[in-house]
Amino acid sequence: MPVIVGFVPTKEGRAALDAAVTEARSRGSRLLVVNASTGAASADNRYVDDEELTALRAELDASGLDYEISHAVHKKDPAEIIVELAEETHADLIVIGVRRRTPVGKLLLGSQAQKVLLDAECPVLAVKAPR
Amino acid sequence: MDGLNALLDGMSAALTPMNLLYAFFGVLLGTAIGVLPGIGPAMAIALLLPLTYTLPVEQAIIMFAGLYYGGMYGGSTTSILLNTPGESASVMTAIEGNKMAKAGRGAAALSTAAIGSFVAGTIATFCLALLAPQVVKVAIQLGDPDYLAVMLFAFVAVTTVLGSSKIRGFASLGLGVWIGLIGIDPTSGQQRLTFGIDQLSDGIDVVVVAVAVFAMGEALWIAAHLRRAPARITPIKGRWMTREDLSRSWKPWLRGTVIGFPFGAIPAGGAEIPTFLSYISERKLSKKPEEFGHGAIEGVAGPEATNNASAAGSLVPLLTLGIPTTATAAVMILAFQTYGIQPGPRLFQDQGPLVWTLIASLLIGNAMLLLLNLPMAGLWAKLLLIPRPYLYAGILMFASLGAYAANGSPFDLWLLLFIGGLGFAMRRFGLPVVPLIVGLILAPRAEVFMRRALQISDGHLSGLVNTTFSKVVYVLIALLIVAPFIWSRVRGRRTPPEGPVGPSSPTTGADDARVHANTEGA
Repeated sequence: MPVIVGFVPTKEGRAALDAAVTEARSRGSRLLVVNASTGAASADNRYVDDEELTALRAELDASGLDYEISHAVHKKDPAEIIVELAEETHADLIVIGVRRRTPVGKLLLGSQAQKVLLDAECPVLAVKAPR
Repeated sequence: MDGLNALLDGMSAALTPMNLLYAFFGVLLGTAIGVLPGIGPAMAIALLLPLTYTLPVEQAIIMFAGLYYGGMYGGSTTSILLNTPGESASVMTAIEGNKMAKAGRGAAALSTAAIGSFVAGTIATFCLALLAPQVVKVAIQLGDPDYLAVMLFAFVAVTTVLGSSKIRGFASLGLGVWIGLIGIDPTSGQQRLTFGIDQLSDGIDVVVVAVAVFAMGEALWIAAHLRRAPARITPIKGRWMTREDLSRSWKPWLRGTVIGFPFGAIPAGGAEIPTFLSYISERKLSKKPEEFGHGAIEGVAGPEATNNASAAGSLVPLLTLGIPTTATAAVMILAFQTYGIQPGPRLFQDQGPLVWTLIASLLIGNAMLLLLNLPMAGLWAKLLLIPRPYLYAGILMFASLGAYAANGSPFDLWLLLFIGGLGFAMRRFGLPVVPLIVGLILAPRAEVFMRRALQISDGHLSGLVNTTFSKVVYVLIALLIVAPFIWSRVRGRRTPPEGPVGPSSPTTGADDARVHANTEGA
């Protein structure tokens, strides 16, 4: 049963990936890395480009884990993709990065992390970036 | 020097708070639509036309001119930070500009683009002020056959010079002429091409056509291609401009101005060809040609100066002859016409203060653009994060609202849908949009000139070529049609095919660029 991590090229995404690698290693399970975009805007800074994808692959190769990267433009938003993938693969754990936000900021901004927390069937590990 | 005096008068007229406000609004909106790929000044002006019916003519025209210049600035931001040209005029900028941004010199690229645009725009606007009265002196003496010849020249130039296929260009031109001639024959009063539909007997409102082709067609096209891998915005890094950057930039700026201005003034499809020429000449002249392809600042400075100079250049035939050379210029002519003003040689006499206020406000808008773009490029780039469905929903709403407001007739909404579908099909099958809009606007006037010339000559075709001027123009037209064939044959003999070379096929983002080249041709 795999560990799924939602990866974005920010410090929160970084923290989530590190935590996910540790978890996958200690559980001895596969790691599924999801990076997705709806492609609705002309630019999306959370969608990794080819360079970062290569770097990510190299890093995961070095970790020695059995892993898979899902990197695609899809009409569903990333949170839905992660939750559905978790159900399909009967994942043990979802790891996501969350931004530090004030309660007001939380109210104003829609969040992929919030959707995953609310919708996922399996345990979700929410990781913050180190200060 | 009467031009400069008139310009000073215009400056004092342009410096009223309301005019400044509209100039500011124009450049603000212009920058925004310049940043957004696929939305250009032509579409924006077409959408705003019905909403500005109640504005005084100066303020509307000042706003539209600011929009035109602003689009040229905004396009460079997208080119540099995203590697996707925001406008067809910024295709060449993307090549070196994005490399610079990735190498941590984004700030320098943005500033050479903005300052270069400012320098070139200012010089070219002064050239416009000096040149336009001289052109008017010649133009005022032209007769009906001469005007017909000039318009035919515009038709042929705009269809043959731009785009990959001449047949597609002429097909598009034919569609435009067809739509333009629907309605009542101005000489005999008979209905033409109306297919017995009463609502067509008054002709199709050109505003509806412009909105349909630019806004509706583009929105449908984007909707059909919504899911594309989004690009990353390269963060702006580095110093704004070092002494070395400046010393490497100023010559390309001036050369760009010299290349851009005359190209803008001839109907050769706007800024694509001159920016391409500027890029290759900078590559040849550079002391560090090895830097080209890895972020050479000359490759940003030249084309960015060129596109602004060509925008100013395109105002020369627009204001003096009423001939549009780009899609945006065509829509600007529409704007004049909605106020019952026909751009042409008499414009400077009848509407002198208006014209000079417009030219002066271009200088002011240019300065505003520099202040608006240089420190806030990063902020503008944030516009690219807006999901396109929201943007295009807004555009479709404004398009429908505008088409309905034009005459308050529901029939126009059906026309909007129908012609919007046509615009989509043209994008799908690679037909350029610029010939359509030029044909649409010029055909009715070309017809009037032809009919008048023929009436004078009692129906003899010789009446169309009885002046030296018209003969020269027809020879030029013949050259324009024949020369490419001879050229390709000569070249085909000398050199084996070396792959596509041309403004429509630079490196990355070429697909995107072509889409927008079709749409805007600004």
